[in-house]
Amino acid sequence: MEKQIDARGLQCPFPVIEAKKALKEIDTGIIRILVDNEIAVQNLTKMAMQKQFEVSSEKVGDDFLVSIFAVSTVQESLTYDNFFEKSQQIPKLSKGLEELFETKTKKTIIVISSDQFGNGDEKLGKILMKGFLYAVSKQEKLPEVIIFYHQGAKLTTNDSDSIQDLKEMEAEGVEILTCGTCLDYYGLTEKLAVGSITNMYDIVEHLMSDVKIIRP
Amino acid sequence: MDAKNTIFCKSGGCSAKIGPEVLHKVLENLPRKKDEHLLVGFDHSDDAAVYQLTNELAIVQTLDFFPPMVEDPYLFGQIAAANALSDIYAMGGEVKTALNIVCYPEKMDINELGRILEGGNDKVTEAGGILVGGHSIHDQDIKYGLSVTGTIHPEHILKNTGCQIGDKLILTKPLGVGIVTTASRFGEASKEALDMAILSMTTLNKYAAEVIKKYRVTSCTDITGFGFLSHLMEMLEDDRTAVIESDQIPYIKESYDYALEFFLTGAAQRNRNYLEHKILFECTDFAMEELLFDPQTSGGLLFSIKSEDAILALNDLKKLNLPCNIVGEITGATDVKIRVH
Repeated sequence: MEKQIDARGLQCPFPVIEAKKALKEIDTGIIRILVDNEIAVQNLTKMAMQKQFEVSSEKVGDDFLVSIFAVSTVQESLTYDNFFEKSQQIPKLSKGLEELFETKTKKTIIVISSDQFGNGDEKLGKILMKGFLYAVSKQEKLPEVIIFYHQGAKLTTNDSDSIQDLKEMEAEGVEILTCGTCLDYYGLTEKLAVGSITNMYDIVEHLMSDVKIIRP
Repeated sequence: MDAKNTIFCKSGGCSAKIGPEVLHKVLENLPRKKDEHLLVGFDHSDDAAVYQLTNELAIVQTLDFFPPMVEDPYLFGQIAAANALSDIYAMGGEVKTALNIVCYPEKMDINELGRILEGGNDKVTEAGGILVGGHSIHDQDIKYGLSVTGTIHPEHILKNTGCQIGDKLILTKPLGVGIVTTASRFGEASKEALDMAILSMTTLNKYAAEVIKKYRVTSCTDITGFGFLSHLMEMLEDDRTAVIESDQIPYIKESYDYALEFFLTGAAQRNRNYLEHKILFECTDFAMEELLFDPQTSGGLLFSIKSEDAILALNDLKKLNLPCNIVGEITGATDVKIRVH
């Protein structure tokens, strides 16, 4: 059972009281509350913790999405970790919120297969790629993951002009992944300077999940 | 969400206050002019400003206004005025004149404003002062309060600092009015609880202030939007710390249960964020913690008093018929500023 509450524009304790009402109505399930200020996130978290429910929150654009995982006392074995396994279907968001979350929460993955941006003159391609990664690093909303493969693998090594930008993004929580086979092929494994090595299974998993993929 | 309740009361009373953290950041950067006649400014987050005119005379100035926290306009007027006047009493002063501050929606019934002002006027009169004017503007939401001027002898100022190790702490009104008025907005407060909150909020601190003048009080403040713990924190200069006995805290009985139902304001959470790291809760009592952070509208006086005088003063205060108590003690340097037993 899942319930969504759009509590943006409401001051405390309205979001908390609405969430509490929703918790009463469902026995076991998830309550997702969209709020527009951090104090509301804290008050919702406080409430969930007092009730000993798992709770998580994430920033969604300018707003915050708080998820409370309500577990009835009868089904004690149901926890946050196995909730999705046990529930027969993955909880669906209501139409309005779905659209909102689609645009705002969808993971963004950038996939880079070359050390050049576009086709043509090699020198220009490299300059453009450097500019591209720099521009990405300055975005307010950073991608969740950047995957480098084939010649793109050269960008995460010592010789790359973009190391600083990539390191900055990594520090901000962006996952930087480089194809291990590719590094090996070009003899660059020892030179990897940022992020970690990945394999084809991982790459496929990332690309097949429900994400927004950007290929420059 | 009851539509009716959200028209008059949006973010009731002192819980509408800008958080202490934000405020300090802004005030920090203001250039300060030196003036030897300014005896109390905003350096120590005291309740009101005191400016010396002659050797025997200083004026006490304060200003307070906020949105309604109760539905009845007359009661709201009384509460807003009692709250504004309180700062004069917390400094040990006497009320002389008051000016109305009014924000009122153009579309609303002007008679309701009349009732608000009537409530304010009644409290100013009860305080022994006189309402001398004011300023009113149209605004989206109702806000009301007073700018108050009082007098005081420059040598008899009751600052919020100056407490000594071993002093007892006395609180003259019950905590929990923020939680009760919040629960009431959702129709979840009992009549008894709301009546108690209103009695507490409309009671002038004048009477408690008169009592404590008879005793050796070392510092005094009033409890308002920043909650009990923040106002206590402001009293603890240098190496002073405090121990609070949570089972001695006077509070509106029902507010404890309402806290467990999460009728908690954003302001209470802001107060918690500001202070939590300086406080050690030795009791694990969620509702009590919330009461101690609860923003109070027209709350009681909190003062430090020589240990030997504490019981006598408390017995005198009990005659005022509001829950009050000795709630703790001033202690010396420890690693946390406030310990709650």
